[in-house]
Amino acid sequence: MLRALLITMLTVLFTSSATAQEAAEPDRSATGGAQTLEDILARQRGETIDDSFRSDDVGNPDSAAAITNQLGTLGGASDPELWRALRYGSADITASNKGPAATVLVQDGGMRWLTFREGPLVTYGGYLLLGTLALLVLFYFIRGRIMIHGEKTGRTVERFKWIERFGHWLLAGSFILLGLTGLISLMGRKFLIPAFGHEAFAFIAVGSKWVHNNVSWAFMLALVMIFVMWVVHNLPHPTDLKWLAKGGGIFTKTHVPAKKFNAGQKLIFWAVIVLGTSISVSGLALLFPFEINMFAATFAKMNSLGISGALGLGELPTVLAPHEEMQFAQLWHAIVSFVLMAIILAHIYIGSVGMEGAFDAMDSGDVEEQWAHEHHSIWMEEVKAKEGAAPKGASPAE
Amino acid sequence: MKARMTAFVAIAVIAVGANFILGNAGFSSQERSAGPSVRLDN
Repeated sequence: MLRALLITMLTVLFTSSATAQEAAEPDRSATGGAQTLEDILARQRGETIDDSFRSDDVGNPDSAAAITNQLGTLGGASDPELWRALRYGSADITASNKGPAATVLVQDGGMRWLTFREGPLVTYGGYLLLGTLALLVLFYFIRGRIMIHGEKTGRTVERFKWIERFGHWLLAGSFILLGLTGLISLMGRKFLIPAFGHEAFAFIAVGSKWVHNNVSWAFMLALVMIFVMWVVHNLPHPTDLKWLAKGGGIFTKTHVPAKKFNAGQKLIFWAVIVLGTSISVSGLALLFPFEINMFAATFAKMNSLGISGALGLGELPTVLAPHEEMQFAQLWHAIVSFVLMAIILAHIYIGSVGMEGAFDAMDSGDVEEQWAHEHHSIWMEEVKAKEGAAPKGASPAE
Repeated sequence: MKARMTAFVAIAVIAVGANFILGNAGFSSQERSAGPSVRLDN
């Protein structure tokens, strides 16, 4: 799904700029070299056009007439040439405000970003989340709640320590806040303004931005904590293949042996780590505008390694305006977030209403022994063996 | 339960702290993008 979204995004963005037409120069004598009606119509049809006859036609200060001559004060470039230079970002501009974006006055890539952001991104992102919710509801009605089959022992075993639960909830709480405020930022214009009006939305949007920007640090800290605490338990193991081959016993209603984390949980863990890191990095690029520029370099690598060609994207642009770096960061940030949100919805489901006894693991940290035996039998045996081996201080379960 | 509530409080503390630190460390939008001739505060 991620790949499909990426391809859609990049295809939409680059079909108009990927290949330069090598067609014969059209006859523009009727307009004195300026663009013709055909040029304008072709551009409006969204065709790939070679507009170098305009972008290069920005005058030449070296051939400027002396300042005392007629038009000499223009510095070798006529007004139309100056406007063209402004249009194509090659004019020599001095601005009082700081930052690389200050001197880019016209950035036409912004329209492609805007169209993609308010169109396919909102539409498919929204469908992904709603579709995931619908599938979970369907799954609930087909499979029902996964119950503890055996007789409960009344004894519990510690599954997660305090610090592990703290790290989990730091990640979970911040992710939910970031998800909601991110959706408000992305979709508010389309759905909240019509419902609540501009003034109310302005208030919500300012608050959302504050929360999103500042809560992000808790998410990043928690991501590091989770990685350090659980990476050892999430390394691949032969039992994972057996677990996956049996689909975790979800549909067969059987119990497949698993260690502390089963293969499904390991997939969630790595999705959170990899996608969460990608979201964090693109988020940092957005948090510190124009400081972290990753996309031109990434596109250059994709070109040289032949990845962009293999994906059918053609040659990706390796020179991006400062704004374009930010626009790509925003799109990537949102796309990866949508994918992670969909995965986490499923995680929330199975950790709460979807399975009896699962929530205790993250609530009190202690789980029913029968639950542990059914869902994480190898881990349970390891814990029991350790308890048996402990010389003292190991109090028997009540 | 305690771990969860502590984590939620930590999120709030980190958010307020981050806002305070970044604002004072010269990372406000105003400081990063406005020139010295711009007087946004007045």
